Amino acid sequence: MTRFIIIRVMQSILALIGIMVLVFFLVRASGDPVNMIRLPNMSEEQVQKIYIQLGLDKPYIEQFWVYIKGVFRGDLGESLVKVDPVSEMISLALPNTLKLGIPSFIIGMGLAFVLGVLAATRRDSLFDNGVKFLAILGQALPGFWVGIMAILIFYSNLKWVPGPGLGMSPAHYILPVGTMIFFMLPGMMRLVRSTMLDVLDSEYIKLARIKGLSERTVIWKHALRNALISPLTVLGMLFAGIVSGAVITEQIFNWPGMGRMALEATVARDFPVVQGIVLIVAIGVLGINLLIDISYAYVDPQIRYQRA
Amino acid sequence: MTTLGEVRAKPAKRISGLSRGARIVRSLTFFVPMVIMLGLVFITLFAPLIAPYDPIEQHMLERRLPPSFFEGGTTKYILGTDHLGRDILSRMIYGGRVSLSVSLLAIMITAGIGTVMGIASGYIGGRTDGFLMRLTDIAMSFPGLLIAMLLSVGVGPGFWTVVFALSILGWAGYSRMIRGEALRLRNSDFVMQARVNGVSNIGIMFKHIFPNVVNTLIIIMTLQIGMMILAESALSYLGIGIPAPTPSWGSMVSDGRNDLDRAWWISTFPGIAIGLVVLSGNFLGDWIRDKTDPRLRRL
Repeated sequence: MTRFIIIRVMQSILALIGIMVLVFFLVRASGDPVNMIRLPNMSEEQVQKIYIQLGLDKPYIEQFWVYIKGVFRGDLGESLVKVDPVSEMISLALPNTLKLGIPSFIIGMGLAFVLGVLAATRRDSLFDNGVKFLAILGQALPGFWVGIMAILIFYSNLKWVPGPGLGMSPAHYILPVGTMIFFMLPGMMRLVRSTMLDVLDSEYIKLARIKGLSERTVIWKHALRNALISPLTVLGMLFAGIVSGAVITEQIFNWPGMGRMALEATVARDFPVVQGIVLIVAIGVLGINLLIDISYAYVDPQIRYQRA
Repeated sequence: MTTLGEVRAKPAKRISGLSRGARIVRSLTFFVPMVIMLGLVFITLFAPLIAPYDPIEQHMLERRLPPSFFEGGTTKYILGTDHLGRDILSRMIYGGRVSLSVSLLAIMITAGIGTVMGIASGYIGGRTDGFLMRLTDIAMSFPGLLIAMLLSVGVGPGFWTVVFALSILGWAGYSRMIRGEALRLRNSDFVMQARVNGVSNIGIMFKHIFPNVVNTLIIIMTLQIGMMILAESALSYLGIGIPAPTPSWGSMVSDGRNDLDRAWWISTFPGIAIGLVVLSGNFLGDWIRDKTDPRLRRL
């Protein structure tokens, strides 16, 4: 097991370096980043100064080496627009993203499991059809539009909640958290429902019922525990969905988090900021895949020996 | 006491399937989406003939006019006008062009890459399989939005930037499913036979494995239409899609964001269009899947 984990960690580091190389050259794909930030009235001398300041006068390989060394020291470069260190900008924005992301994740997952399990146990009932309908609709409507419609209805017309923006009161969280949940709930709910249906059909659930356990114990203890494995497999996809959802939600509600920061940097073509944020997310992606692999190996010894 | 007749009747009822009402609903879930999709293809092909106005033509004196069926609206602009006095209906008709062409191109590219990767992975196996599946895992859990941002920064926004942004990760969904199929086919009799007859590996993959995964491929492609249209609209909503003034449904929703309290229709209608088309795409995908291969119901 230790050997397996070490090999996996090494592979993840290799993948990270691969992603860094890719990102480094991708943001430079159009050639010269200075062309994006130079003003038309700058003299040649001023432009040369920018080159030297950004270290762009050196060959790519050397630039990349400088970049890698910086990353391992926690230095992600400086923003071209705000002239602040990227790492500092991220450390200011990340808490705001988490303030939105963590409650959304907890409530969203909770709802997905409760609704999914209830729908599965009441198969083809009115409730089940309602859940199915919501899931189908939820997977078709664009999240950004739903967020905007929520503002239109609950803020502009009904005045039930405060307007967009980061505020102190919990009321400021209602619409953004609701929108974030919208991004993950439908798919997750569907998955929980179908997994639960499979599990409820299995022999050991029949056995548990024959043993005379109460319906509640059978469903919430025996069945749900086994239905938990399947969502684990899509944890990676869920992460991707949450990140995209966060960017869109923060944009709709003027939320000063990482998503909005990345978006603003993209529009301004502020490549060090975009590069930094992508790196952080890439670490998240690889970390989650590592976690999934290790938990699989923990559950299934075959994987442990075969892949290592 | 149950008679023999009753016992027999039960499974028979199950096999013939659904009641008449349910069967009508089921056929409606095919025909209505089909009509919507064909309608979309039709209006995008003939957009210049159908659209009442030029989509980027501004009528500065007729800004933020409500739809014709609301108070203050005129029949001149059926769905109203936006903050620059542009006809919303015409913009939606032209916007459908963007959504559809970007999505179809991205689907073709991702299907191509995904099929090659999937067949190679499943048929060759071993280390190649390990590496490709690892790559698939990463691609599946990497937020596509960030790739779009990177490309937008590095290459600049534009039509092909959006197509490639949607394609760079989109193949992962194909490669995993097709790998499974290829894995199953690799050990089948006819592949063994071909190998005994001395067909090269490339030949087997092309002539024997590929024709047998086409079914799965088509199902995934149909299911991807909705996803791609949603992704494209999200990019244009965020301003990293096709640059203005070219109309697209996502950017139209974003246009109305600052006018929510005085002109709700600007954001509302394009969103409904996206929802309707994606819903149709998903229903069609489900229908084709159920008809051809119910095993894939989990997709």
